[in-house]
Amino acid sequence: MMALLNQGCPGKCFLQQKNNYQMLKAVESSGISKKFGPTIALDNISFSVNESEIFGFIGPDGAGKTTLFRIITTLLLPDEGEMSVLGMDSTTDYKELRKNIGYMPGRFSLYQDLSVEENLNFFATVFGTTVEENYELISDIYSHIEPFKKRLAGKLSGGMKQKLALSCALIHKPRLLILDEPTTGVDAVSRSEFWDMLGKLRKYNITIIVSTPYMDEAIRCDRVALIQNGEILSIDTPQNIKAGFSRKLFTVKSAEKYKLIKTLRKNPEILTAYPFGDSIHVTLNNNTLDNSLYEYLVREGIGDAVIMEAEAGIEDRFLELMEKDNGITNKA
Amino acid sequence: MNNTVISVHNLVKKFGSFTANDNLSFEVYAGEIFGFLGANGAGKTTTIRILSGLSIPTSGEVNVAGFDAYSQTEQIKKNIGYMCQKFSLYEDLTVKENIILYGGIYGMSKSLIRERLIELLAKLRFQEYENRMISDLPPGLRQKLAFSVAVLHEPKIVFLDEPTGGVDPITRRQFWESIYETASRGITVFVTTHYMDEAEYCDRISIMNDGKIVALDTPERLKKQYNATSVEEVFIKIARPDT
Amino acid sequence: MKRFLGFVKKEFLHIFRDYRTLFILFGIPVAQILIFGFAVSNDIRNAGVAILDLSHDEITLKLTDKIISSGFFKKTETLLNYKDIDRVFKKGKTKAVIIFENDFGKKLISEGKASLSIIADGSEPNTATLVTNYTTAIVNDFTTELAGPVLNNSIRISPDVKMFYNPNLKSHFMFVPGVVTLILILISALMTSVTITREKEFGTMEVLLVSPLRPIQIILGKVMPYFILSFINVLLILALSWLVFDLPVKGSLILLLAECMLYILMSLSLGILISTVSANMQQAIFISLIGLMLPTVLLSGFIFPIENMPKIYDYVSSILPPRYFIVIIKNIMIKGTGLMYIWKETLILIIMTLVFIGLSVRKFKIRLE
Repeated sequence: MMALLNQGCPGKCFLQQKNNYQMLKAVESSGISKKFGPTIALDNISFSVNESEIFGFIGPDGAGKTTLFRIITTLLLPDEGEMSVLGMDSTTDYKELRKNIGYMPGRFSLYQDLSVEENLNFFATVFGTTVEENYELISDIYSHIEPFKKRLAGKLSGGMKQKLALSCALIHKPRLLILDEPTTGVDAVSRSEFWDMLGKLRKYNITIIVSTPYMDEAIRCDRVALIQNGEILSIDTPQNIKAGFSRKLFTVKSAEKYKLIKTLRKNPEILTAYPFGDSIHVTLNNNTLDNSLYEYLVREGIGDAVIMEAEAGIEDRFLELMEKDNGITNKA
Repeated sequence: MNNTVISVHNLVKKFGSFTANDNLSFEVYAGEIFGFLGANGAGKTTTIRILSGLSIPTSGEVNVAGFDAYSQTEQIKKNIGYMCQKFSLYEDLTVKENIILYGGIYGMSKSLIRERLIELLAKLRFQEYENRMISDLPPGLRQKLAFSVAVLHEPKIVFLDEPTGGVDPITRRQFWESIYETASRGITVFVTTHYMDEAEYCDRISIMNDGKIVALDTPERLKKQYNATSVEEVFIKIARPDT
Repeated sequence: MKRFLGFVKKEFLHIFRDYRTLFILFGIPVAQILIFGFAVSNDIRNAGVAILDLSHDEITLKLTDKIISSGFFKKTETLLNYKDIDRVFKKGKTKAVIIFENDFGKKLISEGKASLSIIADGSEPNTATLVTNYTTAIVNDFTTELAGPVLNNSIRISPDVKMFYNPNLKSHFMFVPGVVTLILILISALMTSVTITREKEFGTMEVLLVSPLRPIQIILGKVMPYFILSFINVLLILALSWLVFDLPVKGSLILLLAECMLYILMSLSLGILISTVSANMQQAIFISLIGLMLPTVLLSGFIFPIENMPKIYDYVSSILPPRYFIVIIKNIMIKGTGLMYIWKETLILIIMTLVFIGLSVRKFKIRLE
């Protein structure tokens, strides 16, 4: 397969081979690149998403998530590379593809001056269906906002807009759901509820691709791709990504957080030290913990330090990958 | 505790019949990092606008940096710094031009501005960006610069409204280290954020819900009180008490 | 003070770095001066005059010659009888008809006075007034010359002035059709250009594009409601002009309504085209209002006849749709002509509409870049 791709075989040919087996992949992309003027938005992106999977793209603003999603939804053409979505070529078969995709772009894109009901009806009609036909699919989600169905979309709270936008994207029962930062700017509780709703959609065999800047949402996905500066740093299950952390991780707690960070950074034994909520995540040059670190801290005036070994999280791994990528260390 | 820089007693702010802030009372101390959390629409932005002199309370006593929020809003504005997520610096001006502009607005002398400019560029390692337009800077750098500009005049208090939205994790942490450093200089930092782990960096946090303050304490004590391992859990337990 | 100056400096920087603002600051005043300087004039130049000479004697020929060679007029036709007058006005090129009565010269010499009629096209009140004034002045001049050797003011030619179409020379005969032309194109183009760019700005366009809706469906879907509502608008305006200004429709009402709907369709398509080149609502509004209003008011023949402007403005004006519609609407409302006299203008508007729609569909991007 890779040999075939490397021959520079054009889009259709690549798909021909693919269609010979049963279609298991919802999205398959290889070598996708996209530039806007001098800025490289995407650099040689290759990945695949399985049917019925919840696949997450985790990365900060400017990583390229929105650009990539616009290519998947056929709104942009890549400069290089191939993308097959639901077995179709995203460049040439866009008309057919667009009928089978549900898209929720950033900023929710609802009609502010139409009511909840009117928005939903509009999208249902445009996709050639009715609200009743697929109501079961959105009933869980829509039930939260149904009491407000006459209210104008512009007057809804962030969490409610989110639910309405999701309903509108699902109303035609798409095979592929693409959500671009659906939880950004929304409070922690609504975020958590949103992921609960996505989880419940699994039983309908809809493939879901989501992007988010919140690392803690990664564990809600089946597989994630960590993306930064237009490059994919890693693709795997959240568990495997965490396990990929290359060193031992230690947490250090103290009441005086700032003093602790500065003191740790001064120590030559410390490889990295990052604040993580109420503790500092630390890796050591020699990867073994002995009393020397504790003694050092006491000498420097921090007597209440609590040092423990800990399991690395997705964010720790992301930071590690970012550092390798940027070639930086965090010694001040 | 040491001196109070913000004191709020029974603050009420109404917009027509809608009560955005419902009887708020709290105090913030000098050099503290005070986290102001809550869902969108809970009333956080309204409170910040009142505290930064942009809006006048409907009733209650509000004192910021020693000035009254009803009659001395101009003095308040002179003594605080402000950084919000949506806009911080002028995109079509260079780094240097922005700093000179804000320095002028804050009433700093030319020599002081020049001094701070050099300091700032060195600290952020920005020297090569001095004459670049803001629109050419990567987002992470913009946030850092915006923050430095907000405290350029060494105000008593700086208000940060979701300053780390969407920024990469390394930059986020570097940003918080600057916040620490700023607080250690005695400047009070009043910050709102949606990242629950950032709440842990604060000395004390308050959680707003529907216009009222429903929790106010140090992160540690709140976690103990609600039997939670993280501030996020505390937040969820407060918002949805039945879960 | 320092604060203030720092702020002022920033404002200068903003302005110089935004070429659009510079264009507004300098480009528009320059354009306005040029347009106002040349387009707006109360002189007439080459106004079309038809002569009905029932006398054909030396004096009428001399007077005719004097009028034609004055530089203000040019001869369009020589008429043979009264029946021709209606026809020649309907054609549009003639602004006035000068009628010399039978035995003009003889009567002038023997009785000392003779009759001269000036019938002006009242559908353009401004021009009509100018034409009659100039003609009268030339006639008086001629009289003085002729009477020269004979001392007393014993010769008089008193021009009898009449208005064709607009007997009382009401100025709203000019204004109402003109305003209808202006308003219809502004509102229609503005409405459609804004509605599309608004979707772009709010991000809902992205979602529409990813739906099964085809570009032509989106475009026509946007045009349809405005088309229907504008029709009601037209009825309202016509009713008002009849009731309030006493300006009935002399020609066929059905034809008028049909032409109005064509014009509206053209304007709506123009609005769509504007939206395909505008990145946001502000730009769309700017182009629709500023870009359309000034040329329409000044260069379409609404107030100032195109014939009175330098040739180059004539060429510029020929790409402006309102120019053609003004002719159409005046013809039907005031002159009562049928399709026969305005088919050229109608055809041009039809072509323009098709071109705008065609271009819009082509330029309508099915993707985001």
